[in-house]
Amino acid sequence: MLRLLGETCLFLALAFALLQSVLPLWGYYRCNPYALLAGRPCMLGQFICVLLAYGLLTTAFGINDFSILYVAANSHPSLPLMYRLTAVWGAHEGSILLWIFILNGWSLAFTYFERSYINLPLVLATLGIMSACFLCFLLFTSNPFILAPPYLTGNDLNPLLQDPGFVIHPPMLYTGYVGFAVAFAITQAALLRGTLDTDWARITRHFAMAAWCFLTFGITLGSWWAYRVLGWGGFWFWDPVENASLLPWIAGTALIHVLVLTEKRGVAKSWSALLAIICFALSLLGTFLVRSGVLISAHTFANDPKRGLFLLILLAILLTAALSIYMIRMPKIQTRPPEPFTPISRETGLLANSALLTVAMLTILLGTLYPLIVDALHLGAVSVGAPYFNTVMLPLLFITMTIMGLGPLCAWQTQSARKLWQLVSKNLLLSYASAALLIWYFTGTVDFTAIVSVGLSFWIILSLRGSLRFLKGMSLAHFGFAILIMGIMLSALLSQEREVRIKPGDAVTLGPYQFVFISTKGEVGANYRGIQAAFEVLKQTRHITNLYPEKRIYTVREMVMTKVAIHPAIFRDLYIALGEPLNDNDWSVRIYYKPFIRWIWMGGLLMMLGGILALWQRKTLTSNAAWSAHVT
Amino acid sequence: MNKIHKQRLYYVSLLIIGLSIATGLILYALKQNMNAFLTPSQLAASTIPRNHRLRLGGMVKRQSIKRDPQGLGVTFVVTDLKSDITVRYTGVLPDLFREGKGVIALGTLTSQGILMAQQILAKHDENYMPKNVSQVMADKTTVNH
Repeated sequence: MLRLLGETCLFLALAFALLQSVLPLWGYYRCNPYALLAGRPCMLGQFICVLLAYGLLTTAFGINDFSILYVAANSHPSLPLMYRLTAVWGAHEGSILLWIFILNGWSLAFTYFERSYINLPLVLATLGIMSACFLCFLLFTSNPFILAPPYLTGNDLNPLLQDPGFVIHPPMLYTGYVGFAVAFAITQAALLRGTLDTDWARITRHFAMAAWCFLTFGITLGSWWAYRVLGWGGFWFWDPVENASLLPWIAGTALIHVLVLTEKRGVAKSWSALLAIICFALSLLGTFLVRSGVLISAHTFANDPKRGLFLLILLAILLTAALSIYMIRMPKIQTRPPEPFTPISRETGLLANSALLTVAMLTILLGTLYPLIVDALHLGAVSVGAPYFNTVMLPLLFITMTIMGLGPLCAWQTQSARKLWQLVSKNLLLSYASAALLIWYFTGTVDFTAIVSVGLSFWIILSLRGSLRFLKGMSLAHFGFAILIMGIMLSALLSQEREVRIKPGDAVTLGPYQFVFISTKGEVGANYRGIQAAFEVLKQTRHITNLYPEKRIYTVREMVMTKVAIHPAIFRDLYIALGEPLNDNDWSVRIYYKPFIRWIWMGGLLMMLGGILALWQRKTLTSNAAWSAHVT
Repeated sequence: MNKIHKQRLYYVSLLIIGLSIATGLILYALKQNMNAFLTPSQLAASTIPRNHRLRLGGMVKRQSIKRDPQGLGVTFVVTDLKSDITVRYTGVLPDLFREGKGVIALGTLTSQGILMAQQILAKHDENYMPKNVSQVMADKTTVNH
């Protein structure tokens, strides 16, 4: 019953999506206002149908309707309700449905907030085309409402995904990915109409910014999840799937910076438009990499080559169409001449920043795709390790951070170099001296990389403290980035870890802490059984906390999982992961002392907050003027 | 040359400088950090220099896991049913490391032909097998039947 209704809803949604894409375009070429206006009701109809389909699938999970194959494959009567409701996006089919649902949500938001925008019908048409493509993908290659053979008992949700971090990570990440589709659609419509004006830049920036905030949050959550669930104490592995989410983020960061330039100064319009296309292409590439099965990771559900091929063809068609429109239309668009500027100016700063981000994006793209290309050409199998990314990103990071400290202090158009030097020289000296002193005090060594990066972080914060009054969003986001970098560098520099063989009664010393292994006991959970160990953590003789790491076996899939125990604090985390029993009493145990690791996620959250504030501050023009007056 | 042309020149020169720095760095870094991914038979047949980091992918041979009585050292054999390579590792093994399951070992080969692993990966998927290994295994099983 649910199954049939759901399938009907999806087909209806596809019909609405086709109407939404065809009618406005036809109306545009035939100058028919009725057809142009038909986009909005079609969008609403599609939204309602997709909402219903999504609601039906959620209901099916709620009542464990195992007549639907997708539910049977990802749920189990013993699975807790929270995970049953979120298991909707726990595998391939449902997550594509979520993708479409979010795309419809963004279309609705766009129609609501920008109902008076002149290009609305064309934007809706573009969004309709994308929605129709993905609905076809869903219905013809990965239908979530397929009938299951009778008497299935449920295969349970992948235990890796049974975690509170997982509950909101995928929707946030997808909202970010798909948000760039709106920026893309607005840009395509503007290109078709030849209206690359201030309105276009403003609206695109708002939507790109909103998408960027969600993506930032999604990536931060993902990194936090990896830290807690994978049991290796790492927060970023340069895994292709992680890179797939980082690529649109970097391109999106470049986009929101260049759009400021386009909106306020009328400069670099074609670059903004191109970045909007690149952003969305990278989002699609991310979806392709993660969902097609070309990569093997915890995120890859599908190993059906048909799906990968469909996504690849879709990516190729959309990209070719978008770039053709860009190349044909762009030279013909008449815009007023941009305001001139000199090499030392805020314009140059923003442009240099976007160029650097683009280079960073391309290097990560190369490292991610290289093994796939080599494999496809039958040249053997290689993998590109994390050291590649670290080596390449470090110098780029240093240059970018230098510009982050200088750029906001520059005036528009031109800035006297002498005055700029007066503004920054003291801060620069102060921040490097304090960074060097701090690191020497804590480690007793002089680590060049750490001093430069921490010094630059201090410097960014010092440089921007004055702008906090005028440009809250920008300053907060940049502070967040500085804190993130400090977190990464300091945790890498100061972390200590030990892998030991240990039995109850033994103690391990790590940094200033002693970890005493007290005992183990068995435990039984809703859908798992396991062993819980008890550790007491002491600092000298002072009791700090008790930690209870676990080893679980999820009974349905017979999958072993490590549940780590973490004692978090602002300046350090204590982290224990249970290995395996070696004989009667001995266990292998991994213990970490991770200073400043929490700053990474605090930085990410601060960046997201900065983005939200920047969206909130509608009067950016006036505050910008106030800030310029304050600087000069 | 008017102002707009001057500006274009700035864009282009910025881009070129960025690109050339990046290309240099990338080539340097790629050269250092590429790890060949081999199956035991490929490794046995190849003449990879000692102390060269590589990835070995295959299955953990049944009843080959030997743990040291003290400490965390462990020795096991990785196989693709044609050739065997002994792997030595010290540390905590991943959750899904199991006899007869897929594994990837990253490390260097000693002169005795033992792989000293720095990292062991067992993918979080019970059906997971490195691509080229699964091909070899598929061929093997069809022969056996």
